[in-house]
Amino acid sequence: MLIKRPADIKSSEITDEAVYLDRRRFIGGAAGLGAAAASGLLLPGAASALVSDPKATGAVLPGIVDGPFSTDEDVTAYKDVTRYNNFYEFGTDKADPSKNSGRFKPKPWKVKVLGECEKPGDYDFDDIIGQHALEERIYRLRCVERWSMVIPWVGVPLGPVLKRFQPTSKAKYVAFRTVFRPTEMPGQQRGILDWPYVEGLRIDEAMNPLTLLAVGIYGRELPNQNGAPIRLVVPWKYGYKSIKSVVTIRFTEEQPPMTWNMTLPNEYGFYSNVNPEVDHPRWSQARERRIGEILKRDTLMFNGYSEQVADMYSGMDLRKYF
Amino acid sequence: MNRQHLVSRVLKPAIFIAALVPLALLLWGATHDGLGANPIETITHETGDWGLRFLLITLCVTPLRRITGWNELIRLRRMLGLFAFFYVCLHFSTYIVLDAFFDLDYILEDITDRTYITLGFTSFLLLIPLAITSTDAMVRRLGGRRWRLLHRLAYAAATGGVLHFLWLVKVDIREPLIYLGILLLLFLARVPAVADRLARIRGAGRDEKTSAPRQIAT
Repeated sequence: MLIKRPADIKSSEITDEAVYLDRRRFIGGAAGLGAAAASGLLLPGAASALVSDPKATGAVLPGIVDGPFSTDEDVTAYKDVTRYNNFYEFGTDKADPSKNSGRFKPKPWKVKVLGECEKPGDYDFDDIIGQHALEERIYRLRCVERWSMVIPWVGVPLGPVLKRFQPTSKAKYVAFRTVFRPTEMPGQQRGILDWPYVEGLRIDEAMNPLTLLAVGIYGRELPNQNGAPIRLVVPWKYGYKSIKSVVTIRFTEEQPPMTWNMTLPNEYGFYSNVNPEVDHPRWSQARERRIGEILKRDTLMFNGYSEQVADMYSGMDLRKYF
Repeated sequence: MNRQHLVSRVLKPAIFIAALVPLALLLWGATHDGLGANPIETITHETGDWGLRFLLITLCVTPLRRITGWNELIRLRRMLGLFAFFYVCLHFSTYIVLDAFFDLDYILEDITDRTYITLGFTSFLLLIPLAITSTDAMVRRLGGRRWRLLHRLAYAAATGGVLHFLWLVKVDIREPLIYLGILLLLFLARVPAVADRLARIRGAGRDEKTSAPRQIAT
């Protein structure tokens, strides 16, 4: 179906359907509130204390507000979030990132913005983040390896940040790149992946209100091993889509390459949406082990974020576009 | 102390104790929050690793015997093989109970659809008759020749185990490749020409007959 749009509205300025629906739900009042509570979601502005953990270290981030879409599930312990994760830049074992990231220097930090936008350039960390209110968002994270966590991220929604760079109508995708510093990231000294790590999103995925540019966890600055100082969080996709230690944001017309797809194209697709029905070629994705639990639980479609994201994929064969 | 005593009275009990250390460490870890963020995964990986390691160590006995001329080493083989089976059983039980939680449909789908599980499960099945026929009485009943033939399945089980590991790793295949290398060396050591050369290192070669355990209590 072809929908004619007035030519003077840029596609980047059109309100995303998900935002629109989210507002409608908010306006929906008591009924919406009940439904949201039942589905484990907290509405924007709902009062709750920020998540903390006595073991958490790192500088406390000031002025964090309560963000939308947070789950009320039990959060994963700080020590597990920071000592069990994949960040191949520091080694392939899940304990490697916490062991080998001590020499990494996340400050100062610059992000290069380029491609199909009106305001390309080199931006300091504060230029990127400073103009937005930091939000706490408690999201589920589902790794393609069948384990999952619940993480209290601190960050800003990606969409408003991207809009400040004024993407042109040719900006159909956003590509991201991780920093390449083999002296500080010992994993990059081995050619296990084709460094630097790259990832990408379709522009509507990047603009989706769920998509977060995270700078912290547990109310504090991101530890090096979790992708300091700036990383993506795309909670309805497998963890590797949430690229860490981002130094480049590029708006593109063509679908950008992504590292895992280049490495094993039959196993990792561009979309990589969490989907219990579409198996990894070597293992089932129907279940996952939530860290801290013994038995596995069922994996949810889009990692439980269907309400926010399913519309973006309506009519797509998710087996083909895995 | 002669060599026979050294192997039976010192080496064998020492290896028995050592072979229980991985299990002890797992039990200690499980009760002291020492297995990391994903303890089930740690248990699965550790028991699988040790099952494969003991299987490969077991297969090293014969070449080692040829090289050293220490025929008494044969007395360690059954124990090592049973430890391999023991850890593989723990590995399999961990999967059945903690991973699949006795969900038969889930297990069957895994076994039929996932190549690495098919391979691992086949290896486990192959080890069962070997464990059952590991007793002196069974060696007698089968006769040395048939027993030896049957127990060559250990090579198939080890091959399946290595491929099982290789197939499940995402990209960093260094560790399974080490096991594959060891396995290939073991196959090489069974090539008659190579086996003869190994035996000549110490001039203490023995033919195949001695590789079935003698019918004596060890």
